[in-house]
Amino acid sequence: MTVLNSSNDLDRIRRDFPVLSQNGLVYLDNAATTQKPRCVADRLYKFYTEEYGTIHRGVYQLSQQATDFYESSRETVRGFLNARSISEVIFTKGTTEAINLVANSFGRAFLKAGDEIIISGMEHHANIVPWQQVCEATGALLRVVPLQDDGAILMSDFQKLLSDRTKLVSMVHVSNALGTVNPVSEIVKLAHGVGAKVLIDGAQAVSHVPVDVQALDCDFYVFSSHKLYGPTGVGVLYGKEDFLNRMPPYQTGGDMIESVTFEKTTFAKAPARFEAGTPAIAEVIGFAEAIRYVQTIGFDYIQKQESLLLAYATAQFEKLSGVTIIGTASEKASVLSFSIEGVHPHDIGTVMDDLGIAIRAGHHCAQPVMKRFGVAATARASFAFYNTTEEIDMLVMGVKRCQELLA
Amino acid sequence: MSRLEQLYQDMILEHNKHPRHFESIESPTHTAFGKNPLCGDEYHLSVEIKDNVVFLIGFQGSGCAISKSSASMMTELVLGKSVQEALQIKEAFLTLLMQDEAGTDRSLLGKLMVFEGVKKYPVRVKCATLIWRTLEAALEGVVEVSTE
Ligand SMILES: Cc1ncc(COP(=O)(O)O)c(C=O)c1O
Repeated sequence: MTVLNSSNDLDRIRRDFPVLSQNGLVYLDNAATTQKPRCVADRLYKFYTEEYGTIHRGVYQLSQQATDFYESSRETVRGFLNARSISEVIFTKGTTEAINLVANSFGRAFLKAGDEIIISGMEHHANIVPWQQVCEATGALLRVVPLQDDGAILMSDFQKLLSDRTKLVSMVHVSNALGTVNPVSEIVKLAHGVGAKVLIDGAQAVSHVPVDVQALDCDFYVFSSHKLYGPTGVGVLYGKEDFLNRMPPYQTGGDMIESVTFEKTTFAKAPARFEAGTPAIAEVIGFAEAIRYVQTIGFDYIQKQESLLLAYATAQFEKLSGVTIIGTASEKASVLSFSIEGVHPHDIGTVMDDLGIAIRAGHHCAQPVMKRFGVAATARASFAFYNTTEEIDMLVMGVKRCQELLA
Repeated sequence: MSRLEQLYQDMILEHNKHPRHFESIESPTHTAFGKNPLCGDEYHLSVEIKDNVVFLIGFQGSGCAISKSSASMMTELVLGKSVQEALQIKEAFLTLLMQDEAGTDRSLLGKLMVFEGVKKYPVRVKCATLIWRTLEAALEGVVEVSTE
């Protein structure tokens, strides 16, 4: 374990993230949002201080250059996801807006009473509530694949819910509350078998595993920049091009039309079709910088370090008495949800904070998951490739401190 | 005392482990449900008022050490007090945690002063005040309160 800790790689990587050298900070809330490497902050600074202009309209140099940066960021995302074309990459505010976009556009145009949408029992509220709203508006029904005790779903349960009434399957790739990695390829295949479209919520996945949307063959894939070392306020909706152009716009206004008269408006094709108004230009450009940074680190390293951290943390936690790990699926990302007997998660959060350790305590915007496991909340530590086993040792110390003080 | 020790004082920890009046009462005249959606604290409070006095009081539910000990100590303090006195203590407690100390009538609070340390943890103030909000709601006939 210590071999990797003292390795130059890890030290060098940690120096890329200025906040990590702050005295005494142990940042273990990466599933909520990740810290930013200096190159991303620098990119934003340079754009705002030297290159700032609007996009897609100015005839002047600054605007043309900004447009180039913005559109080449789309190419960076395309490459990151291995999408067929840049027209398939739509910038949104984040995962939440991307799901709402699909729910409102696809949902309202293509769903009718009696149709069914399937989600899983481990969804984030962002992948539950928009579908509930669509169901209310259209009369479609929401079906939920139940969770097993380890926090995984069974494909046989999923298959039982699939039928020719299924029009959409919307499922999380990696669960934020439990860490479970879903067998998304299999889910896509089975769903396509009954003619349903598939949306994958990749908010927690893109920072941990390489994603190839062509190999995966999903119809939509969504994620947020801020969980992938990039700026807040940006996310991505990937969608298959021909289908995107059959979907009605979600928001309307500037930048997304072909022509407007007072009698009739014709809408542009994707991606402009779904990017009404002035977007988060600087953030999109900073986001591309974050993706390039992640690509430089590489998923080989990321996965090696993160699985080491998860294995180490899991082994340490299993040794502690009175501590339960919630979410023990065989396929897991580096998320460790836990409870301490006799200590409320909120108190765990405060005691950890006192030690400089940032973890999440709460329901993780996944109240149905909490209900399934019979708890009101959990404490959650989530690891990124810049975390160390020493930081996990601190976390374990924090657990012991909680027990001394409160249990 | 460290900041953390000021928060988790012995009295708070003791009430958390052995909450008083942690039960439902037989024939409540006033009840309310209070929750703190952020962290999932939830308490049912039931009160029996007889001749304008808090004759019986009990609470049930779950939550963090701060919210639970606050609930436990609230029940101890208001039991036997008139409705007006109970509401005065509530006001003094909310003022202590949410406003300048200058405005607080400390004489009303007694043991509750141990919650002063919560002030240093702004996100925990809602935990300490939850049960008092719930008491206020019960006495005013509001069924459910949320501190969000
Ligand atoms: C699985 C999952 N889906 C959706 C979201 C929502 O993402 P955002 O808040 O960036 O829109 C999150 C963020 O917590 C998440 O973890």
